[in-house]
Amino acid sequence: MLDTFANAEIARQAWPILLAGLGNTLLLSVVVVPLGLLGGLILSVTATSFHHPLVRYPLMAWVDFFRAFPPLVLLILLFAGLPFAGIQITGFACVCIAFFLNTGAYYGEILRAGIESVPSGQTEAARSTGLGRLQTMLFVVLPQAVRNVLPDLLSNTLEVVKLTSLGSVVAMPELLFQARQAQSLTYNPTPIVLAAAVYFVLLWPLVRLLSRLENRALAARK
Amino acid sequence: MTNWDRFLETFFNAKMMARYLPDILQGALVTIQIAGLVIVCGLLLGLALALLRSIGLRPLNLLIVFVVDLFRALPPLVIIVFIYFGLPASGVKNWGFIATWLSLTFVLMAFSEEIFWAGITSIPKGQWEAARSTGLSFGQTLINVVLPQALRLTIPPLTNRTIAITKGTALASVVAVGEILGMASSAVSNSYNPSPLTMAAIGYLILFLPLVVFGRWLETRMAWKR
Amino acid sequence: MAARPVVEARGIHKHFGAHHVLKGVDLVLAERELAFVIGPSGSGKSTLLRCLNRLEEPSSGSVMVDGVDMLDARTDLNHARQRVGMVFQSFNLYPHMTALGNVTLALRKVAGKSSAEADALGQSALARVGLADRAGHTPGQLSGGQQQRVAIARAIALEPRVMLFDEPTSALDPELVGSVLAVMRDLRQSGMAMVVVSHEMGFARNAADRVLFMDQGLIVEEGTPAQIFESPAQERTRAFIGQIQKH
Repeated sequence: MLDTFANAEIARQAWPILLAGLGNTLLLSVVVVPLGLLGGLILSVTATSFHHPLVRYPLMAWVDFFRAFPPLVLLILLFAGLPFAGIQITGFACVCIAFFLNTGAYYGEILRAGIESVPSGQTEAARSTGLGRLQTMLFVVLPQAVRNVLPDLLSNTLEVVKLTSLGSVVAMPELLFQARQAQSLTYNPTPIVLAAAVYFVLLWPLVRLLSRLENRALAARK
Repeated sequence: MTNWDRFLETFFNAKMMARYLPDILQGALVTIQIAGLVIVCGLLLGLALALLRSIGLRPLNLLIVFVVDLFRALPPLVIIVFIYFGLPASGVKNWGFIATWLSLTFVLMAFSEEIFWAGITSIPKGQWEAARSTGLSFGQTLINVVLPQALRLTIPPLTNRTIAITKGTALASVVAVGEILGMASSAVSNSYNPSPLTMAAIGYLILFLPLVVFGRWLETRMAWKR
Repeated sequence: MAARPVVEARGIHKHFGAHHVLKGVDLVLAERELAFVIGPSGSGKSTLLRCLNRLEEPSSGSVMVDGVDMLDARTDLNHARQRVGMVFQSFNLYPHMTALGNVTLALRKVAGKSSAEADALGQSALARVGLADRAGHTPGQLSGGQQQRVAIARAIALEPRVMLFDEPTSALDPELVGSVLAVMRDLRQSGMAMVVVSHEMGFARNAADRVLFMDQGLIVEEGTPAQIFESPAQERTRAFIGQIQKH
């Protein structure tokens, strides 16, 4: 049993391969998390700044559209579909676009709730001191909004980092992809066990932190 | 032929769509099967764990928290790949289907346990005390007084989380399950035309968009009540 | 031979970690008696009440209610708790049930009544607190005073031998206090034994048989309302009464 799932020799061989994968996973996360946040910011600030139905409903539809779409389907659609339209595209670019659309929708929904949770008196007070709309949003509303929905933002970020494992499907050499390479070279599942362990060690602190934040939010509501 | 025509010809090719529609529908059936099984099993297990946790046995609770943390921290695709390639089950029929079902069930179990637990602990202590003071047992109080109130609070977050996890059924295509995406992918490589993929995308929207809209409706409705 | 007391608590101690909240308290309550407990906050009044139906576990001592040993592991605690009605400061009504549902839950689940029996008993309990016409309302549709009266009905529907009131009017707006006190007075006239922790000194003067003054986990002094309010023997009691009467 141990020989199959935690074979020390194979683990030693696979380790450098996995380490390279971990590096790419981290790199990918560092790129796609800000991309998703940017998408979310654009969506939420637009949605809360313009109350016209012609702005609000299309935005809402956009968000729901990408929340209904499995990210893997989006990724495959880009990766396998775009070449048919004569657009040559790398796996990395596909991942970036897909994450911008998918996680942007989720971040957008969270940030919108955060912005709406800030009392309108805050905006009025800031505008009365002569701050412009954008300044009010940046310096007064957004900081409070982010603080109010911080657990949700972190929780979504955890999901985004986990989602980078989809990169393996479009041949991005991230952690899962590398583990599967190592597995097919060695005919042994140890590399996948090892990769799972790496993911767990990497993300467990974030899960713990989230759990604590959620409990604190709950206690505050009582 | 204009660019627009060429685009339609490529991505919305009527002949291809007609030819592969039965495959996609068959795949949709598999998607619905996995999704249904995951939702039922995941939510029941999550509720069971939350109820076990409310008993308050420390070693048991530490174990529950660890299991929940584990399945919250691991990417679903990693769990699927681990079960599919890792567990010695070569030769088991429909192993990819089972691996996906188990993986997503565990993930939904973990997330829903957290939400159920949050709901249970958000019920004020006074509710417990009032019920216990009239002679209701721990179990009776949990079932008649605490859970009905807790479940109301948990419905909106639970709906959204369930949808997000159930969308993961598409991951089954990675382990050779013929659900929508799997069917579409093989159709694309057979036909050398992306129209089946377009159909798959539309199929997912038909399945999940109503759920997402329903989740949004629930959220606003519950928000007004508060 | 004197009749058996309804409540007989002896030598109750309660520790919360390093805090010694009750330091050996005796409380004996006769049939039809109303004992009124006063004292500064943190003196252990509420803890004493909660020890009587074991919502708090006494660290040591004995509690007998109607001849049943509440602390004995062999006692069916849930069954015994039907004999001890409790009313809380914050009402603690079940918000997802109607007034009648609140009153009948324990009748059905603990006393084993059929739905029809429970509904009939629940209706008459609600009638006793003057809320027969509010049976179908949920707590959110009732005023604070009405909610507290439903909570009283919930307890008396089980026909307890003694009622415990833990600051029943402290969370109420002043104009709603009277309706709750009136129900308590009715209950007293029907012969219910009661222990009341409260700051309603007027009610204590004209309804209590006995007033107990607690401070720092001990009963410092007890006597008739006249004795305690007019001529307290202890310095601490005098200081507390004086402070209250200033308000």
